[in-house]
Amino acid sequence: MSVDPRSLRPSATFSETTIAEIQRAAREGLYEIRGFGGKRNLPSFDDLVFLGASVSRYPLEGYRERCDTNVMLGTRFAKKPIELKIPITIAGMSFGALGANAKTALGTAAAEMGTSTTTGDGGMTNEEREASKLLVYQVLPSRYGLNPDDLRRADAIEVVIGQGAKPGGGGMLLGLKITERIAGMRTLPEGIDQRSAARHPDWTGPDDLEIKIQELREITNWEKPIYVKIGATRTQFDVPLAVKAGADVIVLDGMQGGTAATQDVFIEHVGIPTLPAVRMAVQALQELDMHRKVQLIVSGGIRSGADVAKALALGADAVSIGTAAMIALNCNAPIYEESYAELGTAPGFCHHCHTGRCPVGVTTQDPELEKRLDPELGARRMRNYLATMVLETQTLARACGKSHVLNLEPEDMVALTVEAAAMAQVPLAGTNWIPGMQDRG
Amino acid sequence: MPTIDIAKDGVRELNQRLQSLAVNTNETSWEAINPHGAHAVAVGLMAPILVEIKGHVGYYCAGMNKEATVIVEGHASQGVGENIMSGMVRVKGNASMATGASGHGGMVVVEGDTSSRCGISMKGVDIVVGGSVGHMSGFMAQAGNLVICGDAGADLGDSIYEAVIYVGGDVKNLGSDCIEKDMTPEHVAKLTELLDRAEIKADVTKFRRFGSARKLYNFKIDNAAAY
Repeated sequence: MSVDPRSLRPSATFSETTIAEIQRAAREGLYEIRGFGGKRNLPSFDDLVFLGASVSRYPLEGYRERCDTNVMLGTRFAKKPIELKIPITIAGMSFGALGANAKTALGTAAAEMGTSTTTGDGGMTNEEREASKLLVYQVLPSRYGLNPDDLRRADAIEVVIGQGAKPGGGGMLLGLKITERIAGMRTLPEGIDQRSAARHPDWTGPDDLEIKIQELREITNWEKPIYVKIGATRTQFDVPLAVKAGADVIVLDGMQGGTAATQDVFIEHVGIPTLPAVRMAVQALQELDMHRKVQLIVSGGIRSGADVAKALALGADAVSIGTAAMIALNCNAPIYEESYAELGTAPGFCHHCHTGRCPVGVTTQDPELEKRLDPELGARRMRNYLATMVLETQTLARACGKSHVLNLEPEDMVALTVEAAAMAQVPLAGTNWIPGMQDRG
Repeated sequence: MPTIDIAKDGVRELNQRLQSLAVNTNETSWEAINPHGAHAVAVGLMAPILVEIKGHVGYYCAGMNKEATVIVEGHASQGVGENIMSGMVRVKGNASMATGASGHGGMVVVEGDTSSRCGISMKGVDIVVGGSVGHMSGFMAQAGNLVICGDAGADLGDSIYEAVIYVGGDVKNLGSDCIEKDMTPEHVAKLTELLDRAEIKADVTKFRRFGSARKLYNFKIDNAAAY
């Protein structure tokens, strides 16, 4: 008897992927750990649009009139604040999660574009220090590889409290990726699953953080800008506390942010999207009269110049990209498809960073796989991508009549959905209505 | 001996002067007076000098120390000698939480007691405590030696990696994946060397050794109850 496909009614609650996951869990007895980042549909910057200039505003001439993109970071306390030529930075990704070629490519491209790149769990390598003109050194709970010499040769220091993919969670670099060099940098045996702690070993809470920041400043002669990185959750409380603790810069990572290896349940169910988080952070800074005095870097799902422009318009000083940077290096590109198949996946769906078997040589320590990413070509692609995003950001800013991308403002945008209007606190398109606020005239 | 009055000149002045010393400086002995619980005293030192601090210090005294010998003639608050790379930090009184946290090398000596999480996340430092330590000491300790001449609080060595813990007194209980191991002649010799270097007198025959069972090194669902 043949089956009429029209009679096959799928369950919305128990979809094919849900059925597969339940049966995988029943078979393996372990939650799914994976890389990449959130895959669920979330309210995002796509739900906002710009109001280009017309009669009531006039635009700037494309390709002719200047639209500047430079940003100063760390102007609050640091003796040596850093100037970025573009408001797009490279997010922290560890040597370990990424291979050396990927780190070199990112550092080279960032240096050529006048922006910064960031170390990750595991410490600083000589290769990335040499490749990066501006290098932000992360101080993480694990303290793997942390040392005062690298603190001093960094251009800024980022105290990592959390990340958007897993706020409140530590990390796990699976033993598959632990080569002799990685193990040595982390002072752990080869091949074991390397747990990164969820809390810092020597401080808890905002009062302790203030003292920790003081110590880092004392060790570095008060020269380096100190960033505090938080995953987006209770942003309205976390931002003021980071300001009170003495941060020069706050890095705010929304739940679309990427990860090298985290439980799927964590990635998809903890944190808030980048869209509301930016607005909450800016509001908190404004209430303290610290907006633009403590700079705000936003990350988590930034893909294009449109996303950059919207984050800046909501009040961020810069953005940071991680997953998009990996994609620029060929993550999920339709090449080496047999290697994707060996992992049980396909281009466009791969989130197997945690396995160390990256088909395109980005998130791997395997020498043969790493050869698939030429650092020079990778740097070229990354530079092209950054340049494209900058052009897109400038295009949108000029259309709104802005001579500097930081002059973009919430009034330049409207929302396409009620949810986005409420989260970003900009009017629903065609109305004066901002859910949760009185009408603005 | 140059003397710096922390209450008068400030921590910034102290650290700036000590950090600016060349590795081959002739000014090898320093004294800091009136710390009055100040934080970040004598941090980030890089030269093989002696710094004697006359009084009690706050958080992170001698943090990230390299080469220097820092002696606290008083008590120390949280994170004394945190992330020490080399050299020696000695507290003549008691110390608060997270003594020697994530230390990579050198030695931290506390002649009195320490609070919780002593040696947390240690990565090669040797820590010798003349008295007792609080709970969760040696948590996630990766490498180095933690010597406790007195008693150890609850959950000693929880999730320990390759660090070695020696305890002369009682242990309230061991944390996950921490087990007692044999005191071989090799370990007795190592303990003797550590105590000698720390200038702490103790009867090595009374010590027991603890380390990792290495059962949690790779995640297995059957071990879930241990987490």
